[in-house]
Amino acid sequence: MPSNPTPLAEAPSEPVETRHVHAALTRSSTGREDLRELESGLDSLQSDADRKHRIDWSRVLLPIAALVALVLIWQFYVSLGVKRRDLVPGPLDVAAQMGVLWNEGKLQESVWTSMQRGLVGFVISVAIATPVGLLLAQVAPLRRAFGPLISGLQVLPSVAWVPAAIIWFGLTDATVYFVIFMGAIPSIINGLISGVDQIPPQYRRVGTVLGASRLQMALQIILPAALPGYLSGLKQGWAFSWRSLMAAEIIAVGGTIGFGLGSLLDQGRQLSDMSVVMAAILLILAVGILIELLVFAPIEKRLLRSRGLLSGSTR
Amino acid sequence: MPVVLEHLGKSFGDGAPVLDDVNANIGKGEFVALLGASGCGKSTLLNIMAGLEAPSSGALEVPSDGAAFMFQDAALFPWLTARENIELALKLRNVRKAERKAKAQELLELVHLGTAGDKRPHELSGGMRQRVSLARSLAQDRQLLLMDEPFAALDAITRDLLHDELERIWKETGRTIVFVTHNVREAVRLGQRVLLLSSRPGRVVQEWAVTEEHRTDAGLAGQLTGVITARLREEIRRHAK
Repeated sequence: MPSNPTPLAEAPSEPVETRHVHAALTRSSTGREDLRELESGLDSLQSDADRKHRIDWSRVLLPIAALVALVLIWQFYVSLGVKRRDLVPGPLDVAAQMGVLWNEGKLQESVWTSMQRGLVGFVISVAIATPVGLLLAQVAPLRRAFGPLISGLQVLPSVAWVPAAIIWFGLTDATVYFVIFMGAIPSIINGLISGVDQIPPQYRRVGTVLGASRLQMALQIILPAALPGYLSGLKQGWAFSWRSLMAAEIIAVGGTIGFGLGSLLDQGRQLSDMSVVMAAILLILAVGILIELLVFAPIEKRLLRSRGLLSGSTR
Repeated sequence: MPVVLEHLGKSFGDGAPVLDDVNANIGKGEFVALLGASGCGKSTLLNIMAGLEAPSSGALEVPSDGAAFMFQDAALFPWLTARENIELALKLRNVRKAERKAKAQELLELVHLGTAGDKRPHELSGGMRQRVSLARSLAQDRQLLLMDEPFAALDAITRDLLHDELERIWKETGRTIVFVTHNVREAVRLGQRVLLLSSRPGRVVQEWAVTEEHRTDAGLAGQLTGVITARLREEIRRHAK
């Protein structure tokens, strides 16, 4: 508390140049212009300067170096000759096999068939899972009723559905898509629900105060707020569709089912050709990595950066 | 009278009442500071006035179109820019798109953020965020503006400036403001009337008028602050075991 009262009586008649400032208890600025100036000074002091984002080469070079190191270790192990070469082919053998598959056109066909199915199945899964997830997250009785079932379905390996699908749909594409749906839909729903659960309760209160209707609340506030969780649900959903697809393709071969990567893998097994098997495994892995690097990683990075959630992370 | 509270009470479950027999009249265009220590149910009272919670007993009269609300943390949506946050409030009020744009810019300029409209909340300082939040609550265009310790988390320099800013905007817009705080200085600095709420249960125990002289005379304002602080401490001491 200031104990010595400062002379103030003449304050209004003071010339504008001499600014009398009294802390906290009274007006501390001398007018609109003065206030605007003070605030803009404080704003520039308190805001961070814009930083430019440059390409970080360690992000590109480190993974490549790790890959090269692994291939070298693999080649070194093979060249020791511990196992028979037809059981454990080296990287060069597998690369040669891929060349053969490319010339036969099998490589292109299988990658194209699988990716097409995986993406179509995934997109349909997203279209089904998103409204269902929102509904479950927003309506408590529905969630209590179906939540455990959906979590259970996520744990159930979708390959378990392959026999059932073959009996119902025969050796057709419907079998493949059914297995993809059973893998992807529950995990996308769960991702969305956990994204919604992590929304700060304050956002809903703000929505209510601003007068949002139930639908507006879901679309304008809940969905964008849950986007980070939803996105990791989508990532997992893609992983589940890709895995389920491979499982389905390995087990269900023939009929009107096209020739995918899983079929290639199964063919390698039947011919006991380990280099085909290894080539197929590496192609399945490569597609997974490619989708992550080209699709999900950029979206996720943009999303997190725009919300200021990226600083200090090791990404 | 935009706000009338009559014998308002609130208790949660079987617990002791949080609010008990709260009476207050708040006139149109008035700036009332609601002061109290922790646990006096200030926020509960505000939530009741905002229609977020229902009172357990008593009656209240608030404007039929509801109230605008400003929270302690700015509570801006991180996926929207400052401008879009304000525009969302307009959109939820069904303001047409062309009009929204002009209105949002006008509000940004009102809080002296005309050039920061395209920044995201995380790129703004705490004081700037609260100003965006203030602009958003003004975008709601309600006569009654409820403020729940909006400056409590800010540094002292920023807070002093925002006091001036809020006073200026209050005078320009003629809003009725109920401002909740636990800071006696802040209450004296801003309110035309200071209502002191007791703790457990919350009840209006005394009120003081703050005149224009208090705005310019630090000695006078200090004196009043002393008186109110003494009364507040007396209230707190009652709870000593």
